[in-house]
Amino acid sequence: MTNAIEVRAVEKKFGNVHIIRDLNLTIGQGERHAIIGPNGAGKSTTFNLISGHITPTSGEIDLNGQRISGLRPFEINRRGLSRSFQVTNVFAKMTVWENIRCAVLWATGHRYAFWKNVDSLPEVRQRTAEILEDIHLTHRRDVPAGLLTYAEQRELEIGITIAGGASVIMLDEPTAGMSNTETDRAVALIRRLTEGRTLVIVEHDMSVVFGLADRISVLVYGNIIASGTPEEIRGNPKVKEAYLGEEDH
Amino acid sequence: MTDLTSRAPSPTDSAPARNVGFYAAWGIFIVAVLVLPLIFRSGGSHTTFSLIGIAAIFALSYNILLGQTGLLSFGHAVYYGLGGFLAVHGMNAIAAHGLPVPLPFVPLIGGFAGLVFAIIIGWVSTQRAGTVFAMISLGIGELVASSSLILRSFFGGEAGITTNRTDLPALFGWNFGPQIQVYYLIGFWLIISAIAMYALTRTPLGRMCNAVRDNPERVQFIGYDPHVVRYLSFCFAGFFAGIAGALAAINFEIANAAYLGAVQSGVVLFATFIGGVGYFFGPVLGAVVVTMLQLELSDVTSVWQLYFGIIFIGIVMFAPGGLTSLLMMHRPLLRAGTLPMVLPAYLIALVPTLLFACGVILAIEILAVYSQGGSGSGTIHLFRIPFDLASPMTWLIAAVLTIGGFYVARMTWRGVTDAWDRAMTVARERGYHA
Repeated sequence: MTNAIEVRAVEKKFGNVHIIRDLNLTIGQGERHAIIGPNGAGKSTTFNLISGHITPTSGEIDLNGQRISGLRPFEINRRGLSRSFQVTNVFAKMTVWENIRCAVLWATGHRYAFWKNVDSLPEVRQRTAEILEDIHLTHRRDVPAGLLTYAEQRELEIGITIAGGASVIMLDEPTAGMSNTETDRAVALIRRLTEGRTLVIVEHDMSVVFGLADRISVLVYGNIIASGTPEEIRGNPKVKEAYLGEEDH
Repeated sequence: MTDLTSRAPSPTDSAPARNVGFYAAWGIFIVAVLVLPLIFRSGGSHTTFSLIGIAAIFALSYNILLGQTGLLSFGHAVYYGLGGFLAVHGMNAIAAHGLPVPLPFVPLIGGFAGLVFAIIIGWVSTQRAGTVFAMISLGIGELVASSSLILRSFFGGEAGITTNRTDLPALFGWNFGPQIQVYYLIGFWLIISAIAMYALTRTPLGRMCNAVRDNPERVQFIGYDPHVVRYLSFCFAGFFAGIAGALAAINFEIANAAYLGAVQSGVVLFATFIGGVGYFFGPVLGAVVVTMLQLELSDVTSVWQLYFGIIFIGIVMFAPGGLTSLLMMHRPLLRAGTLPMVLPAYLIALVPTLLFACGVILAIEILAVYSQGGSGSGTIHLFRIPFDLASPMTWLIAAVLTIGGFYVARMTWRGVTDAWDRAMTVARERGYHA
């Protein structure tokens, strides 16, 4: 079985600055994989490279055995990879319902159709209603997304990410800025919604990471210094030194 | 501004219910288009209505770009003008060859001309939104406008190309000689175009246009290429602009360089913005207001464009959502029945505001006479009251009205804000939020 994501010898330079050097990462099908590392280690850049937000200077990235490095973000999305953003990135003036519906439209095959009434597409309506139910925002469906509370916007962000039915879901710090109760709620939500899919997550909250992940990769200065099960990572002296030892994390 | 948290949820599994207001708005619109020229029967008002109809289609097409897709164009008249020129050439060809095409089909020639040029030009210009798109639209606008004076055989140079709409085959006995027949031709296309453009907003593409407007980056991560969405939106805007241009050509029986120019592009931007980009009918209201201003103000004052600019700046600063958003603000108060709470405050504020406006108008008119090389003597008339230009009294009145009116108006508008807050609080308590 091919791996969900395979990153081989990827390098990213901005001018003369190496942000990522020789990045190698393998994520198996159905795995819940967390990427951790200190601030500025290149976690978000890694996300941006895989999702096509930025293109690698060199190296290769495969999604389910297909080459995706060099493709544009929407081409990668259509091949079954969907990501969320660290800073909430929704359609602020559109309602919650419309936000989710937009994320459903491509996957249900309606593409750029200008000859269909969007309100009378039963499968779109049903799927949108299901996703809203899943993210507990049904009661807020007619509210413009920009007026939601922060935690609700984060949930909507996850909803938009999973709505297209991608096989690989990448979440960039989904619980950042949340209270403990909100975090617990969000973790339960993520666990339930990514059932049967591959999950890649960047997270600072170690209780979330160790509670959710099957495997963990540790990124330091654009390099994966260790990759393994939560137990292996906990016991790894290099990781302790580079990352877990720092009190502020 | 509005707290929406406790808004009642609507049923999840049904399409958004079409409320009474939706049908009422369309009903009023269609009835107004059909009936108004029967109420106002003078030839002058039929001409005015015709111009408004053309401007309304043009402004609605512009709002596909600005309001729906978030594209600020400074060159939308290119598609209007090319639609107009192709329509004139088409009409002349139909008349010369005796083709069996009646006049009501001619707007389609303009529409397809606008569409074809949008297809050609749009692919490059919609690569980026924002400043890049705006600059490219400005550049292409200048390019086409200047080439209209160079390619004389097609554009007819300064004079333009003329045509005669009555040379085309008559339809049901209508030869479209009288203005009322031209008006109904324009009204027919206005209704058809408005319905089509509204329907477009309710399609998957129309919804993705809004998504691209709100957040083009995120659109890429739900499978859509924002460039393609912008491009398709641009093509539709070009098509309907071409229809408007063809109707203008039919109405005036001429197409000239002014159709394509920056002024025409500016006027449609003004109309759309003044009417309001946030509501579908906003541009229609804007087209009515701007056309009336253009026709009426120019009769009253020689510096009418100055007033036009002041009105535009006022809307941008104080009501960025346009006139429709000002009207729609009152909807919750109307529903909750708390509108009477703000009316007295409005009336109180109206008096000093009008006095302030009179002061500004008087000052502008005095300065206009001097700047246009007036001798500094003589009289001007404002609301039939004569003012002696040489008298210091006139200057004093202008200064007192402007400065005093401004201060008193500012105080009374605070009263309006307070009354508004009280009325809105009561409306919220009664469950009306928006």
